[in-house]
Amino acid sequence: MARAAVLGRLNWRLGEVVELIDETPRVRSIVLDVPEWPGHRAGQHVDVRLTAEDGYQAQRSYSIASAPDDERLMLTVELLADGEVSPYLVEELRAGDVLELRGPIGGFFVWDASVTGPLLLIAGSSGIVPLMAMLRHRAAVASREAARLIYSSRSWQEVIFRDELGELAAGSEGVEVIHTLTRTQPPDWQGFSGRIDAQMLKETAFAPGTMPNAYICGPTSFVEAAGRALVLLGHDPKRIKTERFGPTGG
Amino acid sequence: MAHISRGFRGKPREITDESRLPPGQYVVDGFPVLSAGPTPYTSLEEWTFSIQGEVSEPKTWSWEEFRALPSESIRTDIHCVTKWSKLDTSWEGISIDTLLEDVDHDATHVLAFCDGGYTTNVPLEDLVDGKAWIAFEYDGDALEPEHGGPARLLVPHLYFWKSAKWIRGLSLMDHDEPGFWETYGYHIYGDPWREQRYSGD
Repeated sequence: MARAAVLGRLNWRLGEVVELIDETPRVRSIVLDVPEWPGHRAGQHVDVRLTAEDGYQAQRSYSIASAPDDERLMLTVELLADGEVSPYLVEELRAGDVLELRGPIGGFFVWDASVTGPLLLIAGSSGIVPLMAMLRHRAAVASREAARLIYSSRSWQEVIFRDELGELAAGSEGVEVIHTLTRTQPPDWQGFSGRIDAQMLKETAFAPGTMPNAYICGPTSFVEAAGRALVLLGHDPKRIKTERFGPTGG
Repeated sequence: MAHISRGFRGKPREITDESRLPPGQYVVDGFPVLSAGPTPYTSLEEWTFSIQGEVSEPKTWSWEEFRALPSESIRTDIHCVTKWSKLDTSWEGISIDTLLEDVDHDATHVLAFCDGGYTTNVPLEDLVDGKAWIAFEYDGDALEPEHGGPARLLVPHLYFWKSAKWIRGLSLMDHDEPGFWETYGYHIYGDPWREQRYSGD
């Protein structure tokens, strides 16, 4: 197992907001120009720190959505109703503002082309973000490992990166995207409905015998259910990596 | 010098006793979960707890033997490296002092080992003299698997990743050795009051 090099202290740096993209009504991508960004691996996150005029500070962690190969750093943030940092990032931040951040953080929930075996990605709502970095990196390096994303969203309107995922799936690069919608479905919906469970994963995930590397990201209950289902289906727990987006994360 | 974030005021701050909140933390009411892989489900019949490593005689308890040891009620604040803190959590657990009572050793450090292959390192002095427990109840109920049940380490004065879930034993060592998250860039010691989140902090 590749171990991340332990680098020196992670210093706070400043990044300028160059673009803001509304992905869904509650989710926004923040594209940053971070001078001397040290680079990252797909799946890692950063800490963002906000400081009020009276000196009060709040920090939260956000996954990186951009590939290591991309020119700019992209964070994709979901607005949490009771949040403190996410409302600022989603509703207040403007192009030209400067954000304080440090990272990249986390050397375990990462994927690059040196990882052999099919890539099995299981996302719940904004848990797609670090997995999107993996898909973008896979495309950038033209990896030949098969990739399959099983992505649970509440509704079609709330599917983050919907168009880009559609393009990836329509291409000939070996990416499959399977959606399930848990609350409402469009009238002509052909995909899955309801929460991800063992039966759905049996139908949609790579078989355990193909030795896929599974990455699961989403809210805690989602990750618990998907992880347990994969283990029940015979997947090796050592090939399942998890990352949780708690409702208190932001 | 921190950069002032234009237009950021933060939430109204009133209740929290600042002296209880380490730098960079915020208080939550829920109990978020963080772990690297799927939750293991070990039956109590198979479960054991061991003290091993640099000891004259390794010790192992079955679940029944372990639960027959005297336990303590603990009320404490906990601080996760992902920034949340939870105040006044209540636990029931067995003090590490109790587990080490009859163990002859010259160890300076401990590597806690767990189901799922997770490990974490802690200096021995941070585990003794009433500073750490093997907890098996949270808030009056058996500890749930997603929170580390049947039993987890509880070292509340360090960041909560040190309170290893699904613990199965302690390996006593005469040297320090990074555990799981510590090899992935997290701090070797993890004192929340000195904000030792990542390597080099």
